[in-house]
Parts: sequence; structure tokens; C-alpha cells
Amino acid sequence: MKLKKPNLNSHTILLLITIALFIVLYCLGCILYGKKGFTHLQTFLNILITNAGLICIACGMTCVMLTAGIDISVGGLVAMDCMMLAVGMNKGIPAPVMVLLVILTGLVFGVMQGFFVGYLQIQPFIVSMAGMFFTRGMTAVISTDQVSITQESSPLYYAWANYKLKLPFGGYVNNKGVYNAPYIRINVVIALIVLAVIFFMLRHTRFGRSLYAVGGNEQSAAMMGLNVKSVKLRAYILSSFLCSIGGICFSLNTMSGSVQQALGLEMDAISSAVIGGTLLTGGVGNVIGSFFGVLINGTISSIVKTNGKLASSWPNILTAALLFLFIVVQSVFAAIRSKKAR
Amino acid sequence: MTFPGVKALDRVDFTLRKGEIHALMGENGAGKSTLIKCLTGINDFEQGEIHLDGIEEPVRNHSTKDAQEVGISTVYQEVNLCPNLSVAENLFIGREPLTGIGTIDRKTYTERAQKIMDELGVVVDVTRNLEYYSLAIQQMVAIARAVDMDCKVLILDEPTSSLDDEEVEKLFNVMRMLKSKGVGIIFVTHFLDQVYAVCDRITVLRNGKLVGEYPIVDLPRLKLVAAMMGKEFDDLQSIKSDENNVTYDELEISARGLGHTGTIKPFDLDIHKGEVIGVGGLLGSGRSELARAIYGADKANSGTLKVNNKEVKINQPIDAMNLGMGMLPDDRKAEGIIEDLSVRENIMLALQSKNGIFKLMTRAQQNELADKYISLLSIKTPNRETLVKQLSGGNQQKVILARWLATNPDFLILDEPTRGIDVGTKTEIQKLVLELSKEGKSIMFISSEIAEMLRTCTRMIIMRDGEKVDELSDDLTEENIMKSIAGGDKK
Repeated sequence: MKLKKPNLNSHTILLLITIALFIVLYCLGCILYGKKGFTHLQTFLNILITNAGLICIACGMTCVMLTAGIDISVGGLVAMDCMMLAVGMNKGIPAPVMVLLVILTGLVFGVMQGFFVGYLQIQPFIVSMAGMFFTRGMTAVISTDQVSITQESSPLYYAWANYKLKLPFGGYVNNKGVYNAPYIRINVVIALIVLAVIFFMLRHTRFGRSLYAVGGNEQSAAMMGLNVKSVKLRAYILSSFLCSIGGICFSLNTMSGSVQQALGLEMDAISSAVIGGTLLTGGVGNVIGSFFGVLINGTISSIVKTNGKLASSWPNILTAALLFLFIVVQSVFAAIRSKKAR
Repeated sequence: MTFPGVKALDRVDFTLRKGEIHALMGENGAGKSTLIKCLTGINDFEQGEIHLDGIEEPVRNHSTKDAQEVGISTVYQEVNLCPNLSVAENLFIGREPLTGIGTIDRKTYTERAQKIMDELGVVVDVTRNLEYYSLAIQQMVAIARAVDMDCKVLILDEPTSSLDDEEVEKLFNVMRMLKSKGVGIIFVTHFLDQVYAVCDRITVLRNGKLVGEYPIVDLPRLKLVAAMMGKEFDDLQSIKSDENNVTYDELEISARGLGHTGTIKPFDLDIHKGEVIGVGGLLGSGRSELARAIYGADKANSGTLKVNNKEVKINQPIDAMNLGMGMLPDDRKAEGIIEDLSVRENIMLALQSKNGIFKLMTRAQQNELADKYISLLSIKTPNRETLVKQLSGGNQQKVILARWLATNPDFLILDEPTRGIDVGTKTEIQKLVLELSKEGKSIMFISSEIAEMLRTCTRMIIMRDGEKVDELSDDLTEENIMKSIAGGDKK
């Protein structure tokens, strides 16, 4: 018998590149802005807090992209979720009821998109574009104002949003001599649970593997007896469901609803997934990669913010450069592989 | 079941007994694929019934999953697996063993997968992704998958077209093993040798109708071919013209030291006007690579090439096209045909790109040209606007051939033009090659079938391990060619 080599295929290498890139970027931030507090654990945790919603959404997006689909309705859905929560709280509806309502809306919305994509076989881009316009429109129908959630409108929700989960390590003493313990918020806990559950689901459940199979070769998947339509339907339900959870995480961070909220969030989710090694053509990808994709985007924003002088357009340009880099790396790997196969 | 314009299957009876290997034969478009698709639930059928042993009701499958549940599994010519999943996953997807908490039991199915592949005598690491392995291994995985599903009926739809002899023998062993276990096997192939090697019984279809069912001993080759073609067997040996000793003196192509690093070692080659030159060798010996180097698909990085005694530089295929070359690639699905375009559009493609985008052809001109080639090559299509994907494999091949003929090339490279198509169409294509050469066109004919090249070529070059090793012209016999391909000491 031959010695077993570690299964290092090009996808694993891509994931490692993503993780390495995150570490390099973060170290860069620490070196440049160490004095401004970048080295504190809290800076990293703040990236998590700000992007908790995006992590959930990117997980859902990854699942859809694995089936070679796409869901660009997520930005609109998040805006609608935030607006529903904000208006609902201000009307005095209890927070748990609103949260359930938002999740239910997400599920119904996902069933519709999934039905159109899976069973009516309409292009996912078109379906979710319609979904995007619909959700943006509905947000404005609910309210065109900027609605905030305050302590008066919902003490419970306010308490959730401001709850600090203190960590027992990594604190620092500030210049006034007060010890600051690092903390995360509830939305980070939710996001990390989502990440772990989806990671596990993709690796260890039939549904998870079906997503890969459908994206790898849809016709083959059907021939092998998988119900492709149902797999797609469930993928879109999952995406919208996770998007609603992400919307709640997002709302817990912003505590407001507005028509202009979460503009372009779908693109952030897609770019995170792509930087994390998910292929738009389907069948390849992992939520861990997408998680690091989100972190990379978050780190770039954080560096630009800490600098304070750079224009806010810099994160976009850097993300563009990164996306470009990753697409080039991916196609180089693809070229090497097809040469080997020849 | 009907296809556009043609009734694909017309009241066909087919019986498969337990523990037999049953060949399903017929020309392209005879209805073999359609019959299989009806059995496996991919296509619905309008009349008739399917009965299976042990099931009282007539069976009607609506999906491959239904078919698998009643014990009908299929392995297709094109591998229908997911390249991005591991071998083990491809074997078990959709029916993975589950653990107590409902997750898939990776350890168990990996072990089982390794055992299955070991039993079949295929050396693989089942945890590796499928795309890592050759097409032949992928095919074996597909068969392993079907076999492991406890099928009662196994349908093999041209499973051998991408396998080499040794792999075919392995497959046959597996088939015989299954047969002894009582599995009924439907075997579709174009290779007559293989039919006589393993099958017990033959059913012949023609134009969607049943010709007959015969025990193998009652149907010798000639009768089988006659039954498939529906006419007295046109003796293939006779198509080669008697003017065998024509001498060619005008050079069309002359290569000196042409090579492409990594795919083909430098070679010298002269091709005369009006000559049909064969390229023989095993799969992967550099036959296609030789053609690709001349045609510029792999840019040659050594040597010189003369066309019509003028030295030329070919950097990409369009240069070759402008010099009057054409190439029919061996993988028609990936490199040749554009399935979602019509027959007319597919025929126009090469001519259009040769002319450039500014020289548009009127629709009337296009129609005229398309019709001309449809009738010239007798392409079986309802009309010229039918999408190519609706045609059968042999007819798709003719469409690509028409595409290159439309550019009126002086030198045409045909890479495996007859693979996967039936005997009748094969003969037609061989005849066409000879006719073209009479018109003064030079043709390079690449094929795995020696008999076919003996019929068409006047000279052959032999490839081995990426190198041109021999050139045969006077002593062109099957024995000599075999010896040369096999290598070792000659005579």
C-alpha cells in the first residue's frame, strides 16, 4: 500500500491563503495603529460585533452559491427585517413576538424564492433580484422614516442589544487606571452558533452534501437520485432564514430601521464568500472561508476607520483589489488542474 | 415517445431475463437511448407497459430515483458523477449510512467504498476527489455505484468508449460476476467485438422499430450489421478505390522538428495534396497532440512548418484556418458542438470566424449552404433550425464535419471522427474522406480503429509516448501496424 498523502487539494490551499491573508492584514493593522489600540482584543471583537449579521448572511449565501445559485435579495430582506423590528417595537409589540415574526417572514420569503428557482427553474439571479426590489419596496411601505429603537419603546430588546458578555481574559488597563474587560454582544454569540451549525451541516448531513453535489453537476446529481428541486428549495429557505437571523443581529447592532439600511449588503456577502474560496459556479466552498472573508472585509474597514484620515471609499477599493486577486488565484488553480487532467 | 419530427420509439417489445447480458444494438437514432430513457424514467412514454419480476403492477418510473427503487440502475457514456466530491461520496450520495443522531456516518461509508473499489480491482483512494482521477476510473466508480445499489437490472449505455482494453476486460469480469448473481444487464455499445465477447442475446432496433431478438449464436457479425442497417451489408473493404498506387508529389504540409514541450516531441512530417494520412497509436500516445501542434491549438515551440512550400508561423487556430486548415476535435461535446445553437448556426460558425465579423452572410446564403451540407452528408434532422442537442451523436458529428467543409479547407484534421457512432455512419464518413481526397484535399485521419484506417489511408504514421516512432506506407497491414504501435523489435 502507498503511504497516504495529506489531502491537500487546491481548495484547501485557497482557504489557507484566505486565512493567511487575514492574519497578515490584521498584523499590518497592529503594526500601523498599535498605539491607537488596534492590538487590543476588543478591536477584533468589535469587528465581530459589527459584522455578526454579515456572518450569518454570508453562511446562507455560501449554501446557495454551493448549488451554483445566488441570492441578491439579502440586503433588502435585512432592511425589511430591521424596519419591521423598529416599527413593531415602537408600536409596543413584545420583542420575542417581533423576532419570531421576522424569522417567519424570512421562511415564507425563502419558500417563495426557492419555489421559483427550484421548481419553476427560473434563473436565481432574476428571482432574487425581484426579491430584492420587493423587500426594498416593502421596507418603504412599512415606513419611510428613520425609526429608532429606544429604551422606552422596548426595554427588553434594548437590554438584549446592550448586554455585554464579558470575557475573562485579554483585558487592558486604560490610562486612567481602570480595567477594561473585553466583551462581545449577543449577536456575536448568535453568529458563531450559526457558523458552527452550518459548518457541521455542510460536512455531516445529507442535505449539506447534496448542496455540493447539485453544484458540482446538477444533471449528475439528478441521475444519482437526488431531488435537485427540493435541494434548491431548501437552500433558498435556508438562505432567507439565515438572512433573517442576520437581520436581527444587524438590528441589535444598529437599533434602527431605514429604507437606506444595508444597501449593498448582498454584495458584501457575495464578496466575502468569494474571497473565502466559494466558487460562483458552485460545488466548491466552505463557511469557514466565508467567515474569514467577512473578517477580511471587517479588518479593512477597521484599519481605514482607525486611520481616520483615509476616505471611506478605501475599503471598497481594497475589497475590489482582493476580489480580483482571488479570482486570478482561483483561475490559476483551475488552469493547473485542467492541465493535469489532460 | 416522440422526438421533434421523428417518432423515436414505435411499439418495441424488449425482454430481459435474469442473469443474462443482453446487447441492445442499432444505428444512431434507432431508439436505443430512448428505450433506455423510458425504462429509467427520464422520458415518459405514451403507450405500452413495463413489467418487472416481483412487482405485480406495471412499472412506470417518473425519475431515475423511482427506477433505482425498483432496481434499475444505469451507467452512461458520459460519466454522471460529481467531480467535486470524493470517490466515496459519489458512491454513496443520497443513501449514506446515518449515525444515531441523523448525521452521515463518514467512517462506515468510506470503509465500505474502499471495499467495493478493492473488490472491483480498481486502485483508488476513495477519500480523494473524483476529479483527481482519469475518465476510465470515473467510469468504474459510476459502475461501482450502480452495482452496489443491489440492482436487478443494470443498464450500461456505451460504458466502454473511454476505456482501454485492460479496463474493458475488468469491466467484463464485473459484468460476468453480476450475471452469475442473477442480475440482468442491458449492454449498449458500438464495438461489435465486445458484444460477442460477453453477451448472450441481442436485440436490434432500427428507426425506432424492433427488428428482432436473437441468441448470440444465431447472429454472426455480418447478419447483425445487416440487421442494424436494414440493407445488405455494404462491404466496407471495397470502398477504398482501386487506384491504390497513385503517387502524390505536391506537398501540402511539411513539418520539420515541430514540437510542443510537454505534449509532443519534435517530429518531421510531410503531407501531400490529396493524401489521406492516418495517425495511429494508443490512447494518449500523442495522436491528438500532434494534430494540435500543427493546428496551433498548442502553439509549437520548436521547429518549422511549411504550408504549400511557404514557411508559416501558426500561433493560434485562426492562423491555421486562414491557411486553409480545419480540425475536427475528438471531444465533440467539449470542443466542437454548441448544443444550444441550431444546425445552421453550427455549420456557419467556422466560416463566420474565418471571414471575420464584418463580412456578414445573408440569411439566404446561410440557408443555402446549410441545406447543401445537410443533404450532402445526409444529416438526419427535421430541419436546419433544429437545435443540435436534439440530434443523435452521429448526426452531431456530421454537423461539425459540415462546419469545416463549409470553410473549404485544403487540409482537414479529423480526430476520431467515427468514435461513438454507428457502423452505417462510419462507412459514410469514411467514404466522404476518400471523396474529399479525390478532390485534392489532404486529410489527417486519427483513429483508434486500425481496420478503419486501413480502409481509408494510404500512409500511416505511428505515435508512441508522445513521439512519432514510425511511418508505414507500402507494408500497410494490420499486423505491421500493431507491431509498430506496440513497439519493441520490429521484424
